Amino acid sequence: MQKARNLLLQAAIVGLVLLALYALAGIVAAKMRGLGVEPGFGFLAQRAGFDIGDTLIDFDAADSYGRAFVVGLLNTVAVALVAIVASVLLGGALGLGQLARNRLLARLCEAYVELFRNVPLLLQVLIVYVLLIGRLPLPHEAWHVFGDWGPDVWLSKSGLALPWPIWGEGGLMLERPVLGRFTFSGGAMLSPEFMAVASALTLFTAAYIAEVVRGSVQSVSQRQTEAALALGLSDAQTLRFVVVPQALRSMIPPLANQLLNLIKNSSLAVAVGYPDLVAVADTTLNQSGHAVECIAIIMAVYLTLSLLTAALMGGWHARLLRQQGGH
Amino acid sequence: MGAAMKRYLTPGNAVLGALLLWAAWHLFDWAIVQAVFRPDVAACHALEGRGACWGVVAEKYRVIFFGRYPFEEQWRPLLATALMLVMLGLSVSRPFRNRRILVLWGAGLAIFLLLMKGGLFGLANVDTPRWGGLPLTLILTVFGLAGAFPLAVLLALGRNGRLPVVRSVCAVFIEIVRGVPLVAVLFMAAFLFPLFLPQGWDFPALLRVLVGIVLFAGAYLAEVIRGGLLAIPRGQTEAAQALGLSYWQMQVRVILPQALRQVLPALMNSAIALFKDTSLVIIVGLFELTGALGLAVDGDPKWRAFALDGYLFIALIYWIGCFALSRYSRTLERAT
Amino acid sequence: MKSSLVATLAVAAVLLFSGAAHAGKTVDEIRARGQLACGVSTGVAGFSAADSKGEWRGMDVDFCRALAAAVLKDPAKVRWSPLTSQQRFTALQSGEIDVLSRNTTWTLGRDAGQGLVYAGYMFIDGQGFLVHKRSGVTAAKQLNGAEICVQTGTTTEKNLAEFARANGIQFKTLMFENLRAVLKAFFSGRCQAFTADASALASIRANDSGKPEDYLVLPDRISKEPLGPVVRRGDEDWFALVRWAIFALLEAEEQGITQANVDQMRKSADPAVQRLLGVSEDVGKPLGLDREWVYRMLKAVGNYSEIFERNVGPTSLLQLPRGINALPRDGGVMYSPPLR
Repeated sequence: MQKARNLLLQAAIVGLVLLALYALAGIVAAKMRGLGVEPGFGFLAQRAGFDIGDTLIDFDAADSYGRAFVVGLLNTVAVALVAIVASVLLGGALGLGQLARNRLLARLCEAYVELFRNVPLLLQVLIVYVLLIGRLPLPHEAWHVFGDWGPDVWLSKSGLALPWPIWGEGGLMLERPVLGRFTFSGGAMLSPEFMAVASALTLFTAAYIAEVVRGSVQSVSQRQTEAALALGLSDAQTLRFVVVPQALRSMIPPLANQLLNLIKNSSLAVAVGYPDLVAVADTTLNQSGHAVECIAIIMAVYLTLSLLTAALMGGWHARLLRQQGGH
Repeated sequence: MGAAMKRYLTPGNAVLGALLLWAAWHLFDWAIVQAVFRPDVAACHALEGRGACWGVVAEKYRVIFFGRYPFEEQWRPLLATALMLVMLGLSVSRPFRNRRILVLWGAGLAIFLLLMKGGLFGLANVDTPRWGGLPLTLILTVFGLAGAFPLAVLLALGRNGRLPVVRSVCAVFIEIVRGVPLVAVLFMAAFLFPLFLPQGWDFPALLRVLVGIVLFAGAYLAEVIRGGLLAIPRGQTEAAQALGLSYWQMQVRVILPQALRQVLPALMNSAIALFKDTSLVIIVGLFELTGALGLAVDGDPKWRAFALDGYLFIALIYWIGCFALSRYSRTLERAT
Repeated sequence: MKSSLVATLAVAAVLLFSGAAHAGKTVDEIRARGQLACGVSTGVAGFSAADSKGEWRGMDVDFCRALAAAVLKDPAKVRWSPLTSQQRFTALQSGEIDVLSRNTTWTLGRDAGQGLVYAGYMFIDGQGFLVHKRSGVTAAKQLNGAEICVQTGTTTEKNLAEFARANGIQFKTLMFENLRAVLKAFFSGRCQAFTADASALASIRANDSGKPEDYLVLPDRISKEPLGPVVRRGDEDWFALVRWAIFALLEAEEQGITQANVDQMRKSADPAVQRLLGVSEDVGKPLGLDREWVYRMLKAVGNYSEIFERNVGPTSLLQLPRGINALPRDGGVMYSPPLR
């Protein structure tokens, strides 16, 4: 009796969900056609018609919307990767710093965590961006970062212009940035938008990673550390051979969580005009009217990135557990 | 005492301390000593960056706090904000930790909305597109949480329940929402919800965004609550069943109260996260605190140069809010 | 369970098919409602923007007031719907508004195939560039290699890319999703030029730059942007009324009838004036209106030139010259067929 009722209930739920989806799809399709937009992903092959400032691969207005999405995705991945590496390094240092025997240093690290964790990331992105475009000089008065003797690196409102290796006639060679009438060309250019998003993501996520590291290291029992020190290991050796390997095991799941957050948070790039996936989707949506498809693409990409990160971190965790087996 | 002093007096600490003092002095000098507090642009420009220009806040505080709300009516959002803060304060204090608090909140939120919207008792009607600033931040956070909580309870129970279909529907919803950024959910609220509605129906942007926030926060809270549910020993369920309680009676009277108490600190953390995340609604054109600052400063040629000082002021407000909440959460953690 | 399922099905069916049933007599609906439902922007200075008291002002706003004066005999009987560029056409198609009077460019794609029709144009704009004077740039083609700030819109970034291609030059496009972000970037020197409709740029230079003399709107126009009111397809009477309302405002300028002198002008001996004001002939009947409809429009908002001067002209905040928007006799293209 109970079972039959449950089965019926579930069937009804499935039916309702399907019906709701069907009704929604009908309404949406009708509305889109009313706007002169044919639902479907066919528009991805159409000519995008707009240019993108920051690109890792060649792109111009004659290319397709699909390629624009790829450009956006690569930008998302680039800014996320840079921020992941930097925030893990900074966060790790801050986490260990909080546990330093030097109380002053520990307090300083704690202050950092409290400061950056309690301010919205969007605000941090905006603050860094306003600082960069407000305080940096115009391209014509760019700062020569390493002076006249070091590599040719220029910092200005246009961004950080760097020499970059390219394939020339004589094989691999360094192309140097050159100041044109308006801004630098040649070499590589890190835009202020990129720098703002990458550094704010780093500063913000590092505060959380610091807490993860601190928690994991603290979970390694005090006695183990004391035993290691008693055996004559130095502080650094104790950390390297006793604490870190054990802490890593408990650290990886929450760390993975923070990295997932970082990847999702990179979508805030849209607030300062860095052409990440969301920004490209926003433009495409405005241009083509394919709102449903564009948002579906955003969601699918982030879900994939999330799953990918989770799988990578999970694999690493599993390997660590296998290697350390006995503990 | 002496030993502790000695531990502090290392050369490394001396250098670090000196650096710290130097930085602290410069910060103090910049933020207080040299700073301009009057709404005087000329004085701010004369600083040339040697001091902060808090004058931008003195000049623009009405827009920063209340956005585009009609100027003469701004006592209403002020009163509404004060009311909300008092209610938050009361909820923290012990004498109100019971059912009375729910009645209080119900009445409080109704008065809050009445003050903001008007249209009754001789208050002029003010439409939601003109709401902004701090009250909007509070609306998105408080109403967002209030809406997300029941959803989260249902999702958590569903995902932990016995019906496989319900379990998977809840799990899929939770994982999808948690796998995508809030920006995507807000875009959905801004661009897709109108398409979902039949022709001729329209909801104000605020309501659509609020629905988006409820769905988003609901998924996160659901996982927190589920953690609490999993921590309840099976014996409790069995005992409740033996007493002849129905499923809902058991959940509401026995399981949920214990589970929620257990995850209270984690729930608080989610609340803090949501408070910070509300700043994102600027991306879909709502002007809460962060957006209102842009409204006040970016469009004004006189003060545009001092946007940074404005942002720092807003950051301070958020910081105070989040820090206070996280401290409160920590005392809860100790209490449980 | 069963009954709720049936109810849900019924609701879903209603939702699915409710979209089709809109044609009807728009004028009758407006009269029955006692209000003209007018779609405007969420705030474009000079065209449609709420002032600090919440009062709507601008050319597009004045046009809706004129329509209300013509149809409902009271320019105040307007319900304003502020719409974003994404919402505007849906609002019109769904019947939420009667007329979209919201700086919307007249294009083939919009005029045909979306169930909409343009009644004419109220203002002719074109995409231009705002530059820092210190850059020494005086023509758009000199911007080769420059960083250009754009607000993500519907056609702006496309026009920019097309202009670059057509002239064999390259820009570095920086796209921001709201106007304030663009202003912040441009005025802090992040980009060397800012492209948008010239009317918007003129207003930004005059009001948002702090020092208009440091900035320059380049003379180039890289796109055609005729802006005008839009109505739903399928109601020819309403379409004709809106179209001829524009012409009447232009004709009034041509005849020298203003808000201030309209009462005197009723006594004018000029047959064209007498006709327009409904003194000699009934110019309302073909449109389903009474004979004094033009008189009421002029009494409410004045003629085209007055609307222009008040909202966007040289003495307004936008400080736009009349230019191409002048009557043909003054070298412009705002031509009205005869009202007879």
